[in-house]
Amino acid sequence: MARITAGVGTSHVPAIGAAIDLGKTGEDYWKPVFAGYDWSKDWIASQKPDVVILVYNDHASAFDMKFIPTFAIGCGERFAPADEGWGPRPVPDVIGHPDLAWHIAQSLILDEFDMTIINEMTVDHGLTVPLSLMFGQPEAWPVKVIPLAVNVVTYPPPTGNRCWALGEAIRRAVESFPEDLNVQVWGTGGMSHQLQGPRAGLINAAWDNMFLDGLIGEGDALRHIPHIEYLRETGSEGIEMVMWLIMRGALGPLTHCLHRHYHVPASNTAVGHIVLEPVTGD
Amino acid sequence: MTTDIHQYLAEFEDIPGTRVYTAARARMGYQLNQFAMSLMKPENRARWKADERAYLADWPLTDDQKQAVLDRDYNRLLDLGGNIYFLAKIFSTDGLSFVQAVSTMTGMSVEDYQAMMLAGGRSPEGVRSKKEQN
Repeated sequence: MARITAGVGTSHVPAIGAAIDLGKTGEDYWKPVFAGYDWSKDWIASQKPDVVILVYNDHASAFDMKFIPTFAIGCGERFAPADEGWGPRPVPDVIGHPDLAWHIAQSLILDEFDMTIINEMTVDHGLTVPLSLMFGQPEAWPVKVIPLAVNVVTYPPPTGNRCWALGEAIRRAVESFPEDLNVQVWGTGGMSHQLQGPRAGLINAAWDNMFLDGLIGEGDALRHIPHIEYLRETGSEGIEMVMWLIMRGALGPLTHCLHRHYHVPASNTAVGHIVLEPVTGD
Repeated sequence: MTTDIHQYLAEFEDIPGTRVYTAARARMGYQLNQFAMSLMKPENRARWKADERAYLADWPLTDDQKQAVLDRDYNRLLDLGGNIYFLAKIFSTDGLSFVQAVSTMTGMSVEDYQAMMLAGGRSPEGVRSKKEQN
């Protein structure tokens, strides 16, 4: 049977992707950002996950204002990097896992989550930067990826509670897939940042670290944080952190923290990163 | 979390210096954001760079929206229904980074804004609520 073995939370700042692509990771500005991923690169090489369910948001790349799915799952064979205005990132295509993705989509719909199914799309930095942070610059990504896109741009985005519950449903779906697969769930985006208006540049390290604390152990207080609190405390784009709650919900009632990293700034934002494993009773 | 949509939306108006991308803004800015989106294609970027006004003439934007685009007045564009992820296509075409473009909305110089970010960013103290002034 397929099983969820770990969760990864990470920011997906576009400037991080540009720093990797342009060979700037050794510069003083970027060193402390990337240092926080050294442990994770070694860890994931030893874990060899078969599939990553990668929760992210599209930034007006594959989706414009014509269609706005709240939750969408990529069931296609492969997804090429998007041209975000300066040409596509020089990274490999993402290879999907259509059998597992369709299985999850069907299971979630029967579990009363109204998923949008996507067979063809490009994927932007929201999805490719986390892969680069965890796997570096390989010829091909060493894992299959199921993109799970969440609307956190046009209001209202889904509630934290709904995201957590979706994660729980993803766990049930994965565990009912007959093939023996090592599956991870990643929540990407966040942490504090505000990219617009006179309040741009807002960073709340204390709140971000409270959020990281809340992902660990058995508490589920984070699922009840209202949207207005994310906006007030972590900036208008800090709302992306609801996506980490899908990852957390998928890990079950109790988690153990393997690694944690926090740094300010990368471009306009804080960088947060956490590696969690589910703690099971047996 | 409240499920009263009126109360939900009203709270967003209480955050200083912030325009939340609500349905009302999304509706007002639909064509503006789709225009910005069109700049993701290299051939459109070339046409836009050659003659911005001529390119804009093809889009059913209001005169205010067109002027704000030409002026690169990003706060005004937010008020007219723009969304930062869409507006990013305009400043990316100009060759500007997020830091360079976003700082223009704050009343700070790019250098001062960058220095603020290096020093840990803008503190939430005093900019959480208009009503409570904290």
